[in-house]
Amino acid sequence: MLGLNKTDSKFLLIVILLTIFTPILMQPFAANSGLDQFNGGYPDLMQKVAIFGIFAVGFNILFGLTGYLSFGHAAFLGIGSYAAVWMFKLLTMNVIPAILLAMIVSGLLAVVIGYISLRRSGIYFSILTLAFAQMCYKMAYSVLTPITNGETGLQLSLSDPRVLDGATTSTSLPVTNIFGLAMNSSYKVEALNRVFTFNVGFYFCAIIAIIAFYVAIRLFRSPFGMMLRAVKSNQQRMNYMGLNTKPYTLAAFVISGMYAGLAGGLLAAMDPLAGADRMLWTASGEVVIMTILGGAGTLMGPVLGAGVIKYLENIFSKINETVLHSWFHWLPDGIEEVVVWIFARFTGEGWHLTLGITFMLVVTFLPGGLVEGLKRLARLARKGRKKTDKFDESDPDHTPPPSKHVV
Amino acid sequence: MDAILLQVLNGLDKGSAYALIALGLTLIFGTLGVVNFAHGAIFMIGAFCAVTLSRILSLSFETIDPTKVDFLGNPATIKTPYVEAWFGPEFGGALIDWAVPLAILFSIPIMIAVGFIMERGLIKHFYKRPHADQILVTFGLAIVLQEVIKYFYGANPISTPAPEVFKGSFDFGAMFGFDPNVIIYPYWRMVYFLFAAVVIGAVFSFLRFTTFGMVVRAGMADRETVGLLGIDIDRRFTIMFGLAAAVAGMAGVMYAPILSPNYHMGMDFLVLSFVVVVVGGMGSLPGAVAAGFLLGVLESFASMNEIKSIIPGIDQIIIYVVAIIILLTRPRGLLGKRGVMEE
Repeated sequence: MLGLNKTDSKFLLIVILLTIFTPILMQPFAANSGLDQFNGGYPDLMQKVAIFGIFAVGFNILFGLTGYLSFGHAAFLGIGSYAAVWMFKLLTMNVIPAILLAMIVSGLLAVVIGYISLRRSGIYFSILTLAFAQMCYKMAYSVLTPITNGETGLQLSLSDPRVLDGATTSTSLPVTNIFGLAMNSSYKVEALNRVFTFNVGFYFCAIIAIIAFYVAIRLFRSPFGMMLRAVKSNQQRMNYMGLNTKPYTLAAFVISGMYAGLAGGLLAAMDPLAGADRMLWTASGEVVIMTILGGAGTLMGPVLGAGVIKYLENIFSKINETVLHSWFHWLPDGIEEVVVWIFARFTGEGWHLTLGITFMLVVTFLPGGLVEGLKRLARLARKGRKKTDKFDESDPDHTPPPSKHVV
Repeated sequence: MDAILLQVLNGLDKGSAYALIALGLTLIFGTLGVVNFAHGAIFMIGAFCAVTLSRILSLSFETIDPTKVDFLGNPATIKTPYVEAWFGPEFGGALIDWAVPLAILFSIPIMIAVGFIMERGLIKHFYKRPHADQILVTFGLAIVLQEVIKYFYGANPISTPAPEVFKGSFDFGAMFGFDPNVIIYPYWRMVYFLFAAVVIGAVFSFLRFTTFGMVVRAGMADRETVGLLGIDIDRRFTIMFGLAAAVAGMAGVMYAPILSPNYHMGMDFLVLSFVVVVVGGMGSLPGAVAAGFLLGVLESFASMNEIKSIIPGIDQIIIYVVAIIILLTRPRGLLGKRGVMEE
């Protein structure tokens, strides 16, 4: 299907199905039940998962395949947002041109930054990208204020020209739409004691995410992807063989920058404002964390990481001491206080602490991320089932080690 | 001339902070070969040592003074710090006033302990892993440390004043025969610069003139051979890590009066310090110090109005621009050694 082999088609199909049914899958608990707060089926969160999934998939094309650790990807996210908002202001509230412009602008920026940064590798590359991103951030705050609106952030206003939309007489700000279908409109279904929200914005993001994911699969399986992996394992040898690796790494950098720009454009399409905060290096750090947590160099990993982090971020932030008390009220008083106190350190405000600890544990003990963890679990389960089998798959002497980069 | 001198002076205190942090980073990198993204967090912990000590010293008990009433008519409560009750108001008050300088003594053992725990508990396991993994795990550690501090001290900056003696500014220009009232320089910044100079000098002479330092330098040059000579080089490197942590911590303590400590100050300084290290040359101690002062001074020059009117916004990005230019033209940095992380 679509130039993919059987396994990949199946895989893509699963991903598509999962994405389509996300509004249902993310709403597993009945409303009014104690577990209602674990439901993640509201548009804002689902959109974020899809968008940051795109961001992480793009980052993974660079880091996962070539091993170049960029600490400045947020610059592309930010510039994508700015470009999209300017399109909303000047041309039309339709999201398509905005997203296209976001990708083009971030691609151009990526060419410039990549061309310079890729002259060095290793830690120097990380520092260079970080320096560029910080530069973009600082400039967005200071010199470029006419374009970026500085600290306030770029917003829509009633006096914007919006040439294609024609003059609107309404006194409220227009909403982003795709050919008339508003992004924030949603269709609610109440069934099985749950409210399922089918949001236009989410489905728009989801379709783009699926396309982006498909492109990533094709890229991973292409000779180009092979070349990038070769860069990761031994760039020197490639140079000795007379290959110039620069165009390949630069292409990977630009593609991944465009993914980030696309994500930024989508962020703006869902909520038409852009601030310099999106370029801050903590935002770059976030996508690094997502990719590593999920599993760098795998297809599913970054999406998984983005989903898990965004979901947990939302859920954890909501759990405050009152909620904890209602959970542990069955414990004896003294113990309850202690337990609640301990849990409260890691939830609510303490979400970043949990994230930091989880991230450290994953880097230390599970360098392959969640995907590797799942694979290990699967292997364990299989081992348990056929203990008597002499030619076990996990026997390294009889089976070649599985390729590192297959899903 | 006046203006130039003023900008050089203005750059010195920030440059000192950069230089101290970069010195620690380079020590760690040069000895252990580890890229430590948590070094900014150590600087931040140092600053919070100052906060902690000043809080401990101002711990007080309340007494009710029946002779005075507050505006509601209740008897006024008077807070007396314990130290004033124990040592008399004069000495006790001086103790509280000098909390920040005293915090240096207080912070050294704490920072060395933090360094030891970090090195033995975490970083030890990452020597053989790729640099990317080291960056990632220390980045995670930095987040954790930040959040821990945020829990104990809250998210707002805590102002920690310098001793009364060092408050205010002095007329630097008049002392050296320039026009008075042109070069006004705060005392504490001068103190900071002198302090940084002393610490940097101490670290360098420690490495240069002691046997321990000689062994460490030998280890930096060729770890394996030193190990083969029967010297427990790992233990010495751990001590160097503790020392680097102490240097960053002291830099943080003394910086507390200049910038009220908040939990993310470490990250802000870390990014710049990394730039400093890379500009100075990975693994080169003099390079780190020189680049720290150079970038600090350049930054303050760029914030002059004359220059800002030519290139607007240059003050915000000058450091990064310089870093990019240097990295592209001198791949090893200003004073980098051949063969140290060239790729």
